[in-house]
Amino acid sequence: MDLTLQKNIFISFFRTGMLGFGGGPSTIPLVHKEVVETYKWMTDEEFGDVLAIGNTLPGPIMTKMAGYIGYRVGGVLGLINALAAAVFPTVLIMISLIGVLIAYRDSPIVQGMTQAIAPVVGVMLFVLAYSFIKKSKEALGWKIAILLGAISLVTYVWLNWHPAILIGALIIYSLVGKHKQTS
Amino acid sequence: MKELWDLFVAFFIPGIVGYGGGPASIPLVEHEVVKNYGFMTTNEFGEVLALANALPGPIATKMAGYIGFEVAGTLGSIVALFATIVPSLLAMILLLGLLTKYKDSPKVKRITTYVRPIIAVLMGFLTFQFFDTSVESAGWIQTIFLVIVSLLLLEKYRVHPAWVVAGSLVYGAVFLS
Repeated sequence: MDLTLQKNIFISFFRTGMLGFGGGPSTIPLVHKEVVETYKWMTDEEFGDVLAIGNTLPGPIMTKMAGYIGYRVGGVLGLINALAAAVFPTVLIMISLIGVLIAYRDSPIVQGMTQAIAPVVGVMLFVLAYSFIKKSKEALGWKIAILLGAISLVTYVWLNWHPAILIGALIIYSLVGKHKQTS
Repeated sequence: MKELWDLFVAFFIPGIVGYGGGPASIPLVEHEVVKNYGFMTTNEFGEVLALANALPGPIATKMAGYIGFEVAGTLGSIVALFATIVPSLLAMILLLGLLTKYKDSPKVKRITTYVRPIIAVLMGFLTFQFFDTSVESAGWIQTIFLVIVSLLLLEKYRVHPAWVVAGSLVYGAVFLS
């Protein structure tokens, strides 16, 4: 077992996990810096391939990248190591911080904090939703983007369908449907 | 045991339909943990999301790790993380050859393109719910004030989200308690 290699795998994904704000996708450039520039485990092109392959699948991108790169560089141990470094530190911080909030749930101060945080979370989600809308418009044009949005609004809000049904249908449509190039 | 299975399903589904990375799974996770299984209220989910946004690292795993922990302790945390991470990672490693062949296929690229507007609507709806609960608990005036100030700070002055969350906590502790 190559200890130095495992240590480097841990350090690189610990750093990207602790320095990356805004969720997995915004962390990708940091992963690139560690993997391609600092440790030279992959070429630029190989990294681009891994990212493209990761994007063909659903689910969080950061854990796919960490797990796969860890596996390729350091085997099964490397996979576990990279995932642990990327995931556990921030999860532990989350659990302890919210633990403090919950311990004092009945205090008026914590209740005030909870009230003030809801609109701020709303704004953050709004910003995120807006960036998704903008990207949808760029890739599909207004007509199709609004049509798809309207369909999901009707099925989700009024008909109460599980969102996975519509998304599943769209995945199948994307793969087998015949249509002109969209992007 | 039932709780662990529910946790697994609650995080497995967003993991397999959430195209567009972890942040895209936020409204899908909310649907499972608040509406389907009732593990927490919209407000509690908001607290989780606020802290997840203020802290570094991937969003999806912070949500899964924490919510799993709150529902069923350490084991719950591990189950939720497992359901979030392992299926897509395993698929990536096992199907590498197949995926490499299709990674530049326009059909595969189309998936993300088509799923994105759906996620946008789900997020928009969740946004609306947060404003709604906020008006109920803190009132119109406080809500509008906090929305405008945080929007300006985040988007116009590009203040780091961690500071905006911290600032709103202090504001709430001082003025809303």
